[in-house]
Amino acid sequence: MTMAALAFWLFAICVIAGGFFTVISRNPVHSVLWLILAFLSSAGLFVLLGAEFVAMLLIIVYVGAVAVLFLFVVMMLDVDFAELKAGMAQYMPLALLIGVILLMQLGMAFGVWQFADEAQALRGAVTPADAHNTEALGLILYDQYFLLFQLAGLILLVAMIGAIVLTLRHRKDIKRQNVLEQMWRDPADAMELKDVKPGQGL
Amino acid sequence: MIQADLNIILPEILLAIYAMLALVAVVYTGKDKMAGMLTWITAGVFVLLAMWIGASGAGDNVAFNGMFHDDAFSRFAKIAMLLSGAAVLVMGQDYMARRGMLRFEYPVLVSLAMVGMMTMVSAGDLIALYMGLELQSLALYVVASFRRDSVKSTEAGMKYFLLGALSSGLLLYGSSLVYGFAGTTQFSGIIDVAGHGDTPLGLLFGLTFVVAGLAFKVSAVPFHMWTPDVYEGAPTPITAFFATAPKLAAMGLFARVLFDAFGGVVADWQQIIALLSVLSMFLGAVAAIGQRNIKRLMAYSSIAHMGYALMGLASGTALGIEAMLVYMAIYVTMNIGTFAFILSMEKDGQPVVDISALNMYSKRAPGRALAMLFLLFSLAGVPPFLGFFGKLYVLRAAFDAGLAWLAVAGVIASVIGAFYYLRIVYFMYFGEERDALDAPRSPVQHLMLVLSAAVMLLGVVNFFGVDTAAQAAAVALLQ
Repeated sequence: MTMAALAFWLFAICVIAGGFFTVISRNPVHSVLWLILAFLSSAGLFVLLGAEFVAMLLIIVYVGAVAVLFLFVVMMLDVDFAELKAGMAQYMPLALLIGVILLMQLGMAFGVWQFADEAQALRGAVTPADAHNTEALGLILYDQYFLLFQLAGLILLVAMIGAIVLTLRHRKDIKRQNVLEQMWRDPADAMELKDVKPGQGL
Repeated sequence: MIQADLNIILPEILLAIYAMLALVAVVYTGKDKMAGMLTWITAGVFVLLAMWIGASGAGDNVAFNGMFHDDAFSRFAKIAMLLSGAAVLVMGQDYMARRGMLRFEYPVLVSLAMVGMMTMVSAGDLIALYMGLELQSLALYVVASFRRDSVKSTEAGMKYFLLGALSSGLLLYGSSLVYGFAGTTQFSGIIDVAGHGDTPLGLLFGLTFVVAGLAFKVSAVPFHMWTPDVYEGAPTPITAFFATAPKLAAMGLFARVLFDAFGGVVADWQQIIALLSVLSMFLGAVAAIGQRNIKRLMAYSSIAHMGYALMGLASGTALGIEAMLVYMAIYVTMNIGTFAFILSMEKDGQPVVDISALNMYSKRAPGRALAMLFLLFSLAGVPPFLGFFGKLYVLRAAFDAGLAWLAVAGVIASVIGAFYYLRIVYFMYFGEERDALDAPRSPVQHLMLVLSAAVMLLGVVNFFGVDTAAQAAAVALLQ
């Protein structure tokens, strides 16, 4: 067995184990940790494929940001996971049935999977021989898929507007900070000096 | 090259830039105080864009390596969507303002949804299709729960979001299977490889999942469950919006995928669409009978109407596409009028949705009752009105394509469905006297009601040329 094959099996087994334990862990914090293992191992698989940039993205974005956010949410929110899972036993038989049927259908579809004869020639994003893989990604994302990239930006804008519209409330009974007012505050108006004579009040 | 591409999608770019500028401008000035004005301006922008697309567009232009098609079909759909969007914006403005839910994000979100819909009907690629669809849906989920203090509105938004996300999942799964077979996400590539000899199982799976995902969006049975709840829960002006432009966009997208990408395997999807069609027509007709709430009633009515529009698609011919487009144009016009009326149904300033509140309405407002009678007859498909000719169009298309059983089922469902439309007419003319509804306040709603009722009667002369445009659109799509 070559080194690469060994590494592949190692990473692949780690991904599957990580995914499996993410689902069955009793403690949600452990789930997130297993998820991080799955992410890291997938990054390893990407390195084996020669896609270093995607591998780094996976570690930086998913492990560095997303998983840590998950961890914070899990630890800070008071979610009763036992209660959430309470209905699981009740629905399990039905879910298993649907899962098995789907699996059988998939088996039927993939067991005899046929590619179109021309599929190989039609591929849109062929791995370029002369470009660095980061550069090749950039060419696809910002050049070939320019329209889709911009549309994705608009979708995120809608999501942002939506989150603000549905949650922002202006409370009238609290004091707000007005930075400009603070900066333009003139000491001459703000302060009044009184000369208080001894023995007299104001 | 990018210059030419950008020129082709200029209307979409301008609308997106308008939405962003409007958002920033209003945030830094009057905020919600400007919302009314912004709604009118947005409607004006929609109308201008529609006129521009109608006047300047010509030929069949392809941008971004086939991801975006600007042809007669997309232009037809875009003009219809923009005009109906403008009508719905202005007629709901007064209703929302008086209930304190007219926020400035409303016209902005509707504009962004419109960009999504315009991308949908122009899509030439599975990814572009998905992007357009998500842009539209996401904006619609937000506006559905716009009245965030109301449990029903929040529930509507939540239900719409969850089921919409599920349907997107189905669509993506199907798309991935299609991609796995064809090796490309472009419609032009898929149609080249699909349809030589037997359809392989994988492609068939993919096609079925894509159709199921899209059927969710047009609310065809058995993927219709969200419709009545969302229609009832969302604020009425937003329900009116749901019932018009997005339906047309989803239908346009449906036609685009079926003919542009799977035009070679018509026999494979024809039976699925025919089944969806016949189920929708019957469920829409039967389930609405028990409804007293006019918004739920309109939801079932929309399910039934989608069944007829799908009948046009099921025929798989140019005549079928033409019939579907004409049907949708008529349907949207009828809905604008009907919702203009529903928006004006009030008692003591509170909105009323129970149809028994319309008892003897003809005595108090004979003109409006007559306009509503035209619209309801047209929705039911009673002969002298435009709705009848729309139905005739799709029935003929189905019959010519050898789907006589579907056409017969359509006629039977239409007779059943006529009952609940005619019952409203019965209430308005012969019901027992009850407390009167308030006099209508908004002249815009009145104008829309009268205009749309007039179209139902006058349109039978020559369809206002819509059928010629639809024919050109159908030919462009089949090329």
